[in-house]
Amino acid sequence: MQQLFTTLLTGLTLGMVYAAFALALVLIWRATRIVNFAQAPMAMLTTYVALVLIEAGYSYWLGFAAALLSGLVLGALVERFVIRYVDPRSEINPVILTLGLFIVLHALAALVFGARYRSFPAPFGLRGFQVGDTTIALTGFGIFTILSVLAVVVLLVLLFRYTDVGLKMRASAFNQEVARLLGVRVGRMLTLGWALAAVVGSLSGLLIAGGGLVHPSFMDGVVVYGFVAAVLGGLDSPVGAVAGGLILGLSLSLVSGYVGSQLVSLAALAILMAVLLVRPGGLFARVRERRV
Amino acid sequence: MPDIDGADTAGAGFAMAGVSVAFGGLVALSDVSLEVPPNRVLGVIGPNGAGKTTLFNVACGFVRPDAGELWWRGERHDRLRPHRLAGLGIARTLQDLGLFEHLTVLENVMVGAGRHARTTFWSSLLALPGHTREERALADRAGAVLDRLGIADLADRTPAGLPYPVRKRVALARALVAEPRLLLLDEPASGLSGEEMAEIGELIRGLTDRMSVMLVEHHMDLVMSVCDDIVVLDFGRVIARGRPEEVREDPAVLAAYLGEDVPAEPGRSTC
Repeated sequence: MQQLFTTLLTGLTLGMVYAAFALALVLIWRATRIVNFAQAPMAMLTTYVALVLIEAGYSYWLGFAAALLSGLVLGALVERFVIRYVDPRSEINPVILTLGLFIVLHALAALVFGARYRSFPAPFGLRGFQVGDTTIALTGFGIFTILSVLAVVVLLVLLFRYTDVGLKMRASAFNQEVARLLGVRVGRMLTLGWALAAVVGSLSGLLIAGGGLVHPSFMDGVVVYGFVAAVLGGLDSPVGAVAGGLILGLSLSLVSGYVGSQLVSLAALAILMAVLLVRPGGLFARVRERRV
Repeated sequence: MPDIDGADTAGAGFAMAGVSVAFGGLVALSDVSLEVPPNRVLGVIGPNGAGKTTLFNVACGFVRPDAGELWWRGERHDRLRPHRLAGLGIARTLQDLGLFEHLTVLENVMVGAGRHARTTFWSSLLALPGHTREERALADRAGAVLDRLGIADLADRTPAGLPYPVRKRVALARALVAEPRLLLLDEPASGLSGEEMAEIGELIRGLTDRMSVMLVEHHMDLVMSVCDDIVVLDFGRVIARGRPEEVREDPAVLAAYLGEDVPAEPGRSTC
C-alpha cells in the first residue's frame, strides 16, 4: 500500500514536469502548426542562465525569474528571426529547421557554458516529509513543482479564455488569413505564442534541473516523454497536454516501481502506440483525423 | 477610362481606377474602374469567371493589381494589405465564411471588434481593472450586433453545428461589429432561401445610413432590389454600368449572360 502511494506521488510530480513540457509543445503547435524539437535545448539554455546567476551568488528566485524572462525573449527571437522565414506550406522544412536549431543551441551551450556536469540547487527540501516513522515520497520541491505547473496552467487558461489577446491568439491559430482580415496583428500573436511556450518550457527545465545536474543535453530525455504526453493529449489541446503528462508520469512511475526501471522508455512508447491505435487523434482531439 | 471623378462625392468613398490584374498570361481584370460613394450600395455582377472574385480580392488587398489606383476616402491606397483593412474601416465577408469553428459565436464576433479595443498586451496579461472593463465593453458591443441580427440566443454556441444561413449571419455580424465605413460582401445571398434573401436584402439596405456596401452576387433578384448602382464584368472588363433598371435592359449585358462575345464599351458609362 505504501509503495503504491509512493509510486503515485512520484508519478504525479514527474507527470507535472512532462505536462509543462508538453504544454510548451502544444502552444507552439496550436499557433504555428510546428512541432518544436528545439524546445529542450531552449529550456536548457535558459536553465543555464539561472545557474550562472545562482553560481554568481544571486538568489535562486532571481535566477528563476531570469530564466523565465530569458525564455520569453528567446522564444520571441526564435519565432521572429528564424521560424518566420520558413515556408508554412511545407511539412518537412519546419521539422528540419527546429532539429537544426536543436543542434545549434546544443553546440552554443557547450561553447558558452562548457559541457561538464554542474549541480543545480533546489529552493525547497529534496527529502520526503516525515509522517510518523515513514517518509512519504513528496518533497518540498515536489510540491513546488506541482503548484508551479498548476499555476501556469491556470494563468494560460485565464489568458486564452478571458482576455482579448488570448482570443486573438486563438483566432490567429485557427485561421491566420481571416484573423488578419479582421485586423488582428497575426505576426505578433505568433511571436507571443512562441514566447509564452518558451516560458513554459523554461519552467520545465528549471523543475527538472532542481536538485540535479545540468549539462548541455540534460533536457533531451524529456523531449521524448514530453512529446509522447503532448501526442497523448491530441497535440492541439492544452488540457490534453496536462492530462497526457499526468497519465504518462503515473504510468511510467508504476512501471518503474513494479516492473523495472529499465522498461520505462519502452513503456512510454507502448502507451503512445496503444493510444494512437485506439484514438489516432489523441485522447482530447477535437478532430479525429486531419485532411491532407 | 470611364469618368469616375465627376460625381459630387468623388474622393469620399471607395474607388478603383484603371485596375488591371493578370495571372501569368491570363488577364483577370483589364482597366476596371468603379466607385462606391458613401452610403450607397454597389453591386458587381457578371458571368462565372468574369473576374468578380479577383476584383474583390483587389479591393481587400489579397491581390495586388498590376496597374491602376485604389482610392479610399480621398487617399490613395495602391499597396492595400489585408491586415490594414480593419484599421481603414473596411470589412469584408468571405464566400466560405471563414468562421473560427472552435470559438463561440460571441467570441467570433469579438475578434472582429478588436479594432475598438484600446487595451495593451501587458494590461491584458495582468488583467488590470481598466482592461476588464474594456473587455466587457467588447463583449457588449458584440452581443448588441448579434441581437440586431437576431442570433443573440446562439452567442455561446460554436458555429460548427449551426445551419448555413445562421453561420452566414455570424460572419456578417463579425464584419459589422467593427462598424466599417465600407462593407465588402462576397455572395451574401448564396445558399439562402427566398425569404432569407429578402431579409438579408432589407438588412443591407438598412446599413446604408452608416456605411457603403460593395457586393458580389449571382442572384439577380437581390442585386436588382438592393443595389443603387451596378457594374457588370465580363472577361475582366466592365461591359456595362448604371442603375439596376438601366443594366437590366442593356444589350451587352444580355449578350454576356447569353454567352455572346461583346466588345467592351467604355462609352456606355452612365454613372
